[in-house]
Amino acid sequence: MITVKNVYKSFDGRLVLEDINATFEKGKTNLIIGQSGSGKTVLLKCIVGLHDVDSGAIYYNDIRFDNLNFNDKKKIRQKIGMLFQGSALFDSATVEENVMFPLDMFTSMTYEEKLERVNFCLKRVNIINSNHLYPAEISGGMKKRVAIARAIALNPEFLFCDEPNSGLDPKTAVVIDQLIKEITEEFNITTIINTHDMNSVMGIGDKVIFIHNGKKWWEGTKDNILDSDNKELNDFVFSTELTRKIKGL
Amino acid sequence: MKLLSAIDMFGEYILLLKKVFSKPEKRRVYYQQTIKEIDKLGLQSIGIVTIISVFMGAVITLQTAYNMENPFIPNYLIGLGTRDSMLLEFSSTIIGLILAGKVGSNIASEIGTMKVTEQIDALEIMGINSASFLILPKIIATVLFNPFLTVLSMIVGIVGGWLVGVFTGVVSTQEYIDGVQYAFIPFYITYALIKTVVFAFLITTISAFYGYRVQGGSLEVGRASTQAVVMSSIFILLFNLILTQLLLS
Repeated sequence: MITVKNVYKSFDGRLVLEDINATFEKGKTNLIIGQSGSGKTVLLKCIVGLHDVDSGAIYYNDIRFDNLNFNDKKKIRQKIGMLFQGSALFDSATVEENVMFPLDMFTSMTYEEKLERVNFCLKRVNIINSNHLYPAEISGGMKKRVAIARAIALNPEFLFCDEPNSGLDPKTAVVIDQLIKEITEEFNITTIINTHDMNSVMGIGDKVIFIHNGKKWWEGTKDNILDSDNKELNDFVFSTELTRKIKGL
Repeated sequence: MKLLSAIDMFGEYILLLKKVFSKPEKRRVYYQQTIKEIDKLGLQSIGIVTIISVFMGAVITLQTAYNMENPFIPNYLIGLGTRDSMLLEFSSTIIGLILAGKVGSNIASEIGTMKVTEQIDALEIMGINSASFLILPKIIATVLFNPFLTVLSMIVGIVGGWLVGVFTGVVSTQEYIDGVQYAFIPFYITYALIKTVVFAFLITTISAFYGYRVQGGSLEVGRASTQAVVMSSIFILLFNLILTQLLLS
C-alpha cells in the first residue's frame, strides 16, 4: 500500500500540487486522472521520488519514503517497477537484455536462471521469439509489453505506469490495460496508473483519483463516476458529445 | 550574471562528478560496460586517428622542408621537426581536439537522448546511480585507451612524414631517421601522455555533463552535443597551456 499525506509541490514559486492526500491499495489498479497540466505526472514523479516534495509525506507500506537517503531509497526502489510513457527501453540493448538488466544488477542468479526468468516475463506479456530484436525493430505496443516485462522482472511490490496507452491504437490499448490489471491481481501488486484515457478508467479503474488544478478533486471507483455530479469530473470524463449524451448531460 | 551562471554550472559539474565517483552497484556489470565503451570510444577511433596522424606528419615534413632555405641547416632537422611536433603537440592536443568532436558529441548525444526518452529515469527508478553507471565506464575507457591512441598517432605521424619526405625527395630515409633519433628527450612522451589522460577526462566528463543536463527534446540534444564539443575544445586548449607551463617550464 502507498499513502500520500498532505503533499505540496511547486516549481519556481508556482504551486503544482496542493495538499494531496490519497491511499493506493494493494492488488488494485489505482488510477490518477486529470487534464494535461493538472499535476498528475508531477504527483506520480513525487511518489516514485523523481521529484522531491516541498512538504508532506509519502509512505510505502509503513516506511516513510520521501525523507530517506539515497541508499535507503534504493532498497525501496528495487521493489518498484515502472512503465514509462515512451517505454524507456534501452536503445542499445535487445529485448532480452532489457528485461535481464534488473536481474543483472540486483541478483546473483546464473545466466540460465536469468534467461528462464526473462522468458517467463516475456511469455507473460505475450512476447515470443523476439528476444534478440532491438527496441527500434519492434512496434509501439510490443515496446510497452517489453517494458512491462522489464518492470515485473524482479517481482515488484509496486508498479507505476505513466500514460501506458499513449500512442497506441484503441485495440492495443485495451490489451495493455488488461495485461496491467491481470498482472496486478496475479502478483498482488500495488499499481498506480497515470492516465487520461477514459477507456482505461472505465475498463480497469478499481480506484480513481481525479486531480484538478493541482488538487485532489474527486475519489471513487469507475462505477461511482457514472453517478457522480461533480461538475469538473463530468466535464473531464464526459467531454465528447457521445459520452455527454450517455451520461444525460 | 554570466559569471554567476558559469559558477552555478561548475557547481553542477562538481556535484555530477561526486555522483559519478561513488561506489558501483555491481562491479561485474560496470566492468562489462567499460569493455563496451573501450570498443565504442577507443577502438572505433583508431581509423580517424590514423588518417589524421598520417596527414599531419606528412604536412609537417613538407612545411619544414620547404621553409628551410639556408643550405647550412642539415636535412635531418626535418625528421627532428616532425618528431617533436608530433610528440609535443599534434598527437596529444590536436588528436584531443579531434576526439572532442568525435567522442564528445557521441557521449553528449547518447546521454542526452537517454535523458529525454526517460531511460535515465528508468535507471533511477530501478535504484541505480545513473550518473555513475553511464559515465564512470566512459571515463575509465577513455583514460585507459586514449594514451594508446596518442602513441599510435606519434608512430603513424612520424611514418607518414617519412613516406612523404622520401616520396617527394625533400629528405632521404637515412637523414630522416637520423633526425628522428637526434637529441631525443623521453620526457616528451611522458608529457604527451599526461596531457592525453587529462584531455580524456575533460572530454568525457564535460560531454557527459552537457548530455546529462538536457531537458526537452531532440533540438536540445543537438544543442547539448554542440556545446559539449565547444566547451571540451576550450578546456583542452586551456589545460594544454597550464600543463605545458607546469611540465616543461
